[in-house]
Amino acid sequence: MNHIALKMLMGDRGKYLGIVMGLTFASLIMTQQPAIFLGLMSRSYSFISDVGLPDIWVMDAKVQFVDDIKPLQDTELYRVRGISGVDWAMPMYKGLLKARLVDGTFQTCNVVGLDDATLIGGPPVMMEGKLEDLRRSDGIIVDVDGARDKLGKPSPTPGGKRISLKVGDSVELNDHRAIVVGIAKVTRTFQSQSVVYTTYSRAKSYAPKERKLLSFVLVKAKPGQDLAELTRRIRATTGLAAYTRGEFISLTYEYFMHNTGIPINFGISVLLGFIVGAAIAGQTFYNCTLENLRQFGVLKAMGASNWVLLRMILLQAVLVGTIGYGLGVGLTALFGYSMRHSILAFKFPWQLLLFSGAGVSLICVFAALISILKVIRLEPAIVFKG
Amino acid sequence: MNPSSLAVRCQNVVKIYATGDQKVTALNGVNLDIAMGELMMLVGPSGCGKTTLISVIAGILDQDSGCCEVFGEDLLNMSNQHKLKFRARNIGFVFQAFNLLPALSAAENVSVPLIINGMKRSDAERKAITVLDQVGLGERVSALPSELSGGQQQRVAIARALVHSPKLIVCDEPTSSLDHETGCNVMALLKEVALHKDRALVIVTHDARIFDFADRIAEMDDGHIVEVKDKMTQLLKNIEHG
Repeated sequence: MNHIALKMLMGDRGKYLGIVMGLTFASLIMTQQPAIFLGLMSRSYSFISDVGLPDIWVMDAKVQFVDDIKPLQDTELYRVRGISGVDWAMPMYKGLLKARLVDGTFQTCNVVGLDDATLIGGPPVMMEGKLEDLRRSDGIIVDVDGARDKLGKPSPTPGGKRISLKVGDSVELNDHRAIVVGIAKVTRTFQSQSVVYTTYSRAKSYAPKERKLLSFVLVKAKPGQDLAELTRRIRATTGLAAYTRGEFISLTYEYFMHNTGIPINFGISVLLGFIVGAAIAGQTFYNCTLENLRQFGVLKAMGASNWVLLRMILLQAVLVGTIGYGLGVGLTALFGYSMRHSILAFKFPWQLLLFSGAGVSLICVFAALISILKVIRLEPAIVFKG
Repeated sequence: MNPSSLAVRCQNVVKIYATGDQKVTALNGVNLDIAMGELMMLVGPSGCGKTTLISVIAGILDQDSGCCEVFGEDLLNMSNQHKLKFRARNIGFVFQAFNLLPALSAAENVSVPLIINGMKRSDAERKAITVLDQVGLGERVSALPSELSGGQQQRVAIARALVHSPKLIVCDEPTSSLDHETGCNVMALLKEVALHKDRALVIVTHDARIFDFADRIAEMDDGHIVEVKDKMTQLLKNIEHG
C-alpha cells in the first residue's frame, strides 16, 4: 500500500509542495537561527578558547565574564606563583584602549598584554611576522580582521575599501606610537573589536595610569596535578577566583545567557519558525487528508484496516518530513558556507541537526496524528453517500 | 429457497440513526433473501433505506438488531478484524461516483483490492490489466481517472469490483452518473462479466431504465421491503398496465 500512499500524497502537486515548503521553512528557521545563536555565543568565550596553554585562569573574585575586567595588583602574580602545584604563572593585561588611526579617527580596540619573557597567551595563528617580533621596539600584532577593516587606512577614493594595515605601519595607542610587527588570525570576539597584542609591560604603558593593571594570571599546573584541587587551593590562598579553562568558558557563556536578551530573541525566532512551520505543514497535511477522506473510506470499505491506513499516513508524514528537513538543513548549510568569510556568526554542530530533526518530527507527528484520528474514526459507509 | 444456495439472508434487520434527540429508523425489520447467481435490485424512493441495507449487507455498517448472514456468516457477531478480511475477500463495490483514486492509473486502481488481500504489487497489476481487458479497457490501463469518460471510469470501477473474484458485488446507483446508452452498456457488462452461479449482485438504483437487467426487484419504502417482484411478475404487471 506504500506506493498508493505516496501517489495519494503527490497526486495534488500544489498541496504536496505546500507541505514540503512549510516543513522546509520550519527546518530552516529551526536550524539557521540556532546556528547563528551558537556562533554568537561561542564568540563570547572565543578569547579564552584562543589562549591554549594555561590550565587555570586566576582573576578578581567579582569577575563575571571574560570582558568584565577587575584589575589586580602585580603582587598577586607572585602569590599565585608561590602556591604548590603551580608549574608557572604569567601575567596578562586585557583592556579596551583607543587607537588613533592615520586619518585622525579613533577606534576602540582590545589590547592584550603578554608576559614579556615568554609571550604566553599570544594569538593562535600568525599570518605575517612572528610572535617574538613583539620584543621589537613599540611592536604590536594586530588581528587580520581589525587590520583589514577597523584599523585599516582610509581609501584614497571616497567610499572605497579601506587599505589593510601591513607590517611596518604605525598607529597611536593612547598617544603612544605602536608599530605593526605581525598580523594574526584570531577568533572573532562578541564585541567584534580589533585585537592588538603587545607585551605586558608595554600594554601597561599604553593603559591609563592606575594602581592595578593585572587582568588575569595564567597558570599552568604541574604534571599530574588535579586541576580542581589546584583551583581550590588558589582560591583559598589568595582569595581570588580561579577557574579551569572550561569553567571560565562556562562562566562567560552563562553570563551572556542570563544577562543579555540574545537567547530570548533567538528563542522567539526558533519558536515562531516552529509554530509557523507546524501551522502551514499541519494544516496543509490535514487538509490533504480531509480531501482524501473519501478515498480512505473506499480503502476501508474494501477491507484495508486502520493499521494499514495509519501506516500510509505515517509514511506520507515521514516522506514530507524527510524532504522538508533535508531541504531546510541543506539551505542552512549553504547559508553558512556562503557566509563563511563574512562577519556573521555561524556555528553548526551535529547536535543542531538532532534539534531541528526533533522539531520537524514533532510537526510531522502532530500533522499525522490529527489526520490519523480523523481516518480512524471514519465510517466506511461514507462511500455510499453521494 | 435452499439456505445453502443463499448469498444473503436478512431477517428482521433494524437500523436506527440517532442524531441528538432525533431518531430515524432507516431499516425497520427488513427480511430479504438473495440467492447465488442472482442479480437483485433494491429500488424505492430516496430515504427509504436502500443504501443503509446494502451497507449492512456489505458489512460496512452494523445493524442495531436482527440478523444479516452473508454466505452463512453472521456479520454482526464477527470481530472487526474478521469482518475486514471477510470484506476484502468476498465483497466487491461499485459506487455511484465511481470513487476511483484520482492519483492512480486504471490498472493501479483495479489492483487495489488484490494488494489489500496481500498480493504483490506487480502480480496485482498484471491481473488488473487482464480484468481491464475483459471490460474493454485494455488500451487504457495507464490512463488516470481524469483522462477517462464517465462510462470508462465506471468500467474501471467494475473491474476493481471483480478483480479479486468476490462472491458478492454491491453496486450503489451504478448508472445514475451516466447517460442512458452508457448506463445500459455498463449494466450489460456487469451482467455479462460479473454475474455467474457462484456470485450474487445487489444493485441499488432509481434508474427504471435498467430494471430489465434484474432477476428480482425488491421495492423498499420507509425502511421495509414492500414487495419483491421476479421477472415474470414484472412482465405481467407491465402487460396489465398496457
